[in-house]
Amino acid sequence: MQYNWNWGVLFQEPYYGWLLSGLRWTVLVTLGAWTIALMLGTAVGIARTWPNRAVRTLGAAYVEIFRNVPVLLQLFLWFYVLPELVPDGLGRWLKRDLPLPEFWTAVLCLGFYAASRVAEQVRSGIEALSRGQLQAALASGLTLPQAYRLVLLPIGFRLIVPPLTSEFLSIVRTSSVALTIGLLELTAQSRQIENYTFQGFESFAAATALYFGIALAATLLMHLIERRTAIAGMVGKGSLGGV
Amino acid sequence: MTGFDWGVIVRALPFLWDGMKVSLMLTGAGVLGGVLLGTVLAIMRLSPYRALSVAAAAYVTTFRSLPLILILFWFYFLVPLALGRPVGAFASAVIAFILFEAAYFGEIIRAGISSVRRGQLLAAKASGMTHLQALRLVVLPQAFRAMTPVMLTQSIVMFQDTSLVYVITLRDFMTVASIVAGRDGRVVELYTFAAVVYFVICFSASLAVRSLCRPAIA
Amino acid sequence: MSAAVILAEGVEKWFGAAHVLKGCSLSVSRGEVVVICGPSGSGKSTFIKCMNGLEPFQRGRILVEGVSVGEPATDLPKLRARIGMVFQHFELYPHKSVIENITLAPMHVLKRSRGEAEDGARALLRRVGLADKDRAFPSELSGGQQQRVAIARALAMEPVAMLFDEPTSALDPEMISEVLDVIGQLAAEGMTMVVVTHEMGFARAAADRVAFMDAGRVLEDRPTAEFFENPEAGRSKMFLSKILRH
Repeated sequence: MQYNWNWGVLFQEPYYGWLLSGLRWTVLVTLGAWTIALMLGTAVGIARTWPNRAVRTLGAAYVEIFRNVPVLLQLFLWFYVLPELVPDGLGRWLKRDLPLPEFWTAVLCLGFYAASRVAEQVRSGIEALSRGQLQAALASGLTLPQAYRLVLLPIGFRLIVPPLTSEFLSIVRTSSVALTIGLLELTAQSRQIENYTFQGFESFAAATALYFGIALAATLLMHLIERRTAIAGMVGKGSLGGV
Repeated sequence: MTGFDWGVIVRALPFLWDGMKVSLMLTGAGVLGGVLLGTVLAIMRLSPYRALSVAAAAYVTTFRSLPLILILFWFYFLVPLALGRPVGAFASAVIAFILFEAAYFGEIIRAGISSVRRGQLLAAKASGMTHLQALRLVVLPQAFRAMTPVMLTQSIVMFQDTSLVYVITLRDFMTVASIVAGRDGRVVELYTFAAVVYFVICFSASLAVRSLCRPAIA
Repeated sequence: MSAAVILAEGVEKWFGAAHVLKGCSLSVSRGEVVVICGPSGSGKSTFIKCMNGLEPFQRGRILVEGVSVGEPATDLPKLRARIGMVFQHFELYPHKSVIENITLAPMHVLKRSRGEAEDGARALLRRVGLADKDRAFPSELSGGQQQRVAIARALAMEPVAMLFDEPTSALDPEMISEVLDVIGQLAAEGMTMVVVTHEMGFARAAADRVAFMDAGRVLEDRPTAEFFENPEAGRSKMFLSKILRH
């Protein structure tokens, strides 16, 4: 095996700057998509547990559609197909005037995709609570939305902090598909450095290390959240499921 | 925008089918190799020898914190370098998928093994079986039964993930659809058709998994 | 070779910092039936699992037909193949039918042919009164039936001795006697056995000796009649009076 090591390349301009810029885009896309995924995913997750059957079916349809089409293809649908299907004026705006089209398309696409996964976690968090919780809430005179807002969701969310962490990290990883529509995020930049310098080991190792760094930071942060929001007497999912 | 031209899809069908064969072969190789290597990883992780379990844990954590695309790039770059000669994108992709999926299957299998009561292992050993015999004859068959639904679901996810070989221009179904879309200028038709095909395959497969696995083991 | 089939001397075991066996000794001669009793947490289950090496121990020694269990060079699978064991929770293999449960080890450990192993298994099922259940799965059987299959499974290896780890404590009361009858019959036929149990009626009827354990120690080890008529240690007196009141 013949290979000329040159770790210094990582600290030379412009490659150093490329990596940092890639890291920045990866973080920004992830945070944007995460915001959408949390809000939309919570709504869909609630829908999946709602007493009304039609609402439940709608929630299930959302999850099945976004879970059964490859995310890369979803991205192409958002980027290439959607502007053709919407009314002409909007389509023209999407194609010509939308600022940072790659970025916003990636945020929307990943957000909608991740929402389907978050929804499943929210649903399992709510379903982990005993039926008695809902009945007790309703018996005390709360309306159904109040029961969700004040009782089911606050407990359910605490139960699913660990799986939500892994959903967040899943967005970090998945965000690399944005390179296919030209967003120069972390993976794209490392590939570009390899193309320019032929130092594949160094550039991919740098990207690998930065992804590790993100994962570590996110895990630590979530641990902190988990500790801060812990309820006395609740260890985890199992302790409440049997009640 | 002009109307849909479905003729373009009909004309491209043989080409698309070639792509689908590549997607299915990648999935098959990834599942087979991933389950085999994943089983080894799971047994290592649960082994009483610390060196083995730490090595397996490190492997799993590494592959699970990286984007599949980055791993495809890694192996597209590494495999020819390691072998000292150029190999096709397909060989690199197969190796990348097996190693990547092994990390996920390994965790599924580990959970499956952990769900088998410890007494089963003791009972098998008490009857004179070696550790490997006890795993092979008693623990693993039960573990595989318990985790079949999750493994099948992971295989469906993997089938979708094969579309990412687009980034190393390996001609799977997704890549072929994009080639035709670009060549014939029929983006809407091709991507819509591809989405419907993926959806029908994955959705019916997951329905099948659900109905297959509903009657839990007796 | 020692006259004892199983000989334990000064066995000490720690689980991390917990000292769970504190110098336990026991000798079981050929044809002898020894019952080990004692309050829960006294270490009796751990002790019996040390006898076939399922639990490692740190000090002392255990010989099975003269072979040292704790020796790293010992072929444990070979040793265990000669000692049958029955567990508290049966531990039948749920993915195998009754007859497959019984033939698995004879076929894979003793390398018997399927036909030979199945003939043996049918004979044993007749012996434990379950001849018609050979094709059933464990989940289709009652607890008492499962435990009788587990006994047949252990006997299929033609063991020189049997270890019973609380064989009836996971059973509903009405099923206890059907299992104890089978064990008692084995004892009457001269099988060497160690039985961890709370069933004092069984001990009185079937045991040659009774050992009483508490807090990781064997406090008494005496012929059955003596143990019941005149327990020495204060702890075993208290234990007996509590147990026999039920």
